[in-house]
Amino acid sequence: MLEIKCPVCGVVGEEGDFHGGGQAHITRPATDNPANISDEAQRDYLFMRHNPKGLHFERWRCDRGCGKWFHAARDTVTNEFKAYYSIRELPPVELMKAATGSWAEYFKDKMVTK
Amino acid sequence: MRYSIFSLARQALNYHKGWEKAWRSPELKPSYDAVIIGAGGHGLATAYYMAKEHGMTNIAVVEKGWLGGGNTGRNTTIIRSNYLQDASIAIYDLAHKLYADLSQEFNYNIMFSPRGLLMLCQTEHELRGFQRTAHANRIAGLECEMIDRQRVKELVPIINDRDDARYPILGAYYQASGGTARHDGVAWGYARGADQMGVDIIQNCEVTGLLRDGDQIVGVETTRGTINTKKVAVVTAGHTSHIMQMAGVSMPIESVCLQAMVSEPIKPVIDVVVMANTVHGYVSQSDKGELVIGGGADAYNNYAQRGSFASLEHTATALVETFPIISRLKMMRQWGGIVDMTGDRSPIISMTDVKGLYVNGGWGTGGFKSIPGSGFVFADTIANDRPHPIAEPFGLKRFVRGEFIDESVASGVAH
Ligand SMILES: Cc1cc2nc3c(=O)[nH]c(=O)nc-3n(C[C@H](O)[C@H](O)[C@H](O)COP(=O)(O)OP(=O)(O)OC[C@H]3O[C@@H](n4cnc5c(N)ncnc54)[C@H](O)[C@@H]3O)c2cc1C
Ligand SMILES: [Zn+2]
Repeated sequence: MLEIKCPVCGVVGEEGDFHGGGQAHITRPATDNPANISDEAQRDYLFMRHNPKGLHFERWRCDRGCGKWFHAARDTVTNEFKAYYSIRELPPVELMKAATGSWAEYFKDKMVTK
Repeated sequence: MRYSIFSLARQALNYHKGWEKAWRSPELKPSYDAVIIGAGGHGLATAYYMAKEHGMTNIAVVEKGWLGGGNTGRNTTIIRSNYLQDASIAIYDLAHKLYADLSQEFNYNIMFSPRGLLMLCQTEHELRGFQRTAHANRIAGLECEMIDRQRVKELVPIINDRDDARYPILGAYYQASGGTARHDGVAWGYARGADQMGVDIIQNCEVTGLLRDGDQIVGVETTRGTINTKKVAVVTAGHTSHIMQMAGVSMPIESVCLQAMVSEPIKPVIDVVVMANTVHGYVSQSDKGELVIGGGADAYNNYAQRGSFASLEHTATALVETFPIISRLKMMRQWGGIVDMTGDRSPIISMTDVKGLYVNGGWGTGGFKSIPGSGFVFADTIANDRPHPIAEPFGLKRFVRGEFIDESVASGVAH
């Protein structure tokens, strides 16, 4: 049973009070003409997932609290939450640096923004 | 050693001191013609059919824990083949047919028990969904039928068939040849058979890296040393993404925990398998008398092999509603397995962009029933370096082409 804290309203609850929204930071390939999106890009958007054994970044919704979506960084082996952050933000820089595998690849060129 | 009534009698007279080990514990060799990662049912079946059908005996199966200790030894052993899509029917039906003869073929009892399987219809929507599956199955020549509430009650006397039930029984989709088998027996039978043909099964040997030379796989790094090989098959269920990443290959998979539990043993009360997909629970009774109970998967990624209490509670609630007598039972054990979920809830049996790297995973919550069929077509795929016709639709390319094998609607969460 996970214990989760909503960074928006500050409530602490068990996982049943929240709704898991799966992997975070998935961006839909943007274009004004769908025909310009390659089949590979569409597959990556819909189906490819980092699924790391370790540090993961995901979305949660504060279902029985304020109702807002937020982001969380969690270790998928220990289930320990490393950080909660706004739905509009990237993770704290030290966690982007700690990411492994395809998450590390994803954050590689994003750390300058913070 | 062949097992028979005579060997049993002989050993009995000898105070059971002469039984041999069912398989060797060989040393890892520095190179093999092929290495299979993961000694679950699918990995062991693959090795067995590679040796038996394709004469490839200089191969190894490497396992980080003990053989059959992954999902194969953790599942609720439901076997059925009445899936919706043609590609699924082909592979699950092949598996079902192979299961029927495995005990004879292995000279090892896998306790295959085709006792009949009901998938309950508890909403109008579910009823219509299964009617559609029934039509699809009839076209494919599977013997299955829709049955009404009265027939359900005859087959499952402990079911709550009241009109005012929260989810009333509207009927069921019945496969008389569906059932169960002993999960460990399946893993042990394949292991024993593969070992007898010369396959090395190396337990307590974790894969830590995959070696590539350009776009060709050339070896496997393990906690017991490096192996040179030109063919590597990844058959590691919930750990598939993690291992494929070692070769730089991303997968359309998410790993979540699925749990099951057993009750204290009681006298026989249910002699079929019942799946209740609307309320998310399923149940059968083991030969020891325990009710074997499973439900839905957790909603978040997890490699901890220890699931959430909320899921168990949900499953128990669901089943108490459908089988009221369960409310008096104590649950004895509960456990979890890390299952590999794909977007269309169908498995991946595939070649990859890396030459010599093959993957068989994504079986999610429902891959015990497919072990013989999957091993058979995957062995053929590896031996001939091209997809077996039954495996072909399950290739990774389907996610690029949009040729999904959508079983998520037909099977609810667990299947
Ligand atoms: C609770 C539960 C109930 C289920 N109920 C059913 C059911 O009723 N019917 C049904 O058909 N299916 C069911 N399933 C699904 C079924 O169990 C699986 O689909 C199937 O067993 C997968 O077999 P496998 O051989 O692919 O994986 P596993 O049996 O998990 O084998 C994979 C092996 O790979 C090994 N491995 C992982 N990483 C490494 C590494 N780095 N190095 C070496 N080895 C490694 C693991 O230790 C493991 O032994 C259920 C699953 C669970 C968890
Ligand atoms: Zn909140």
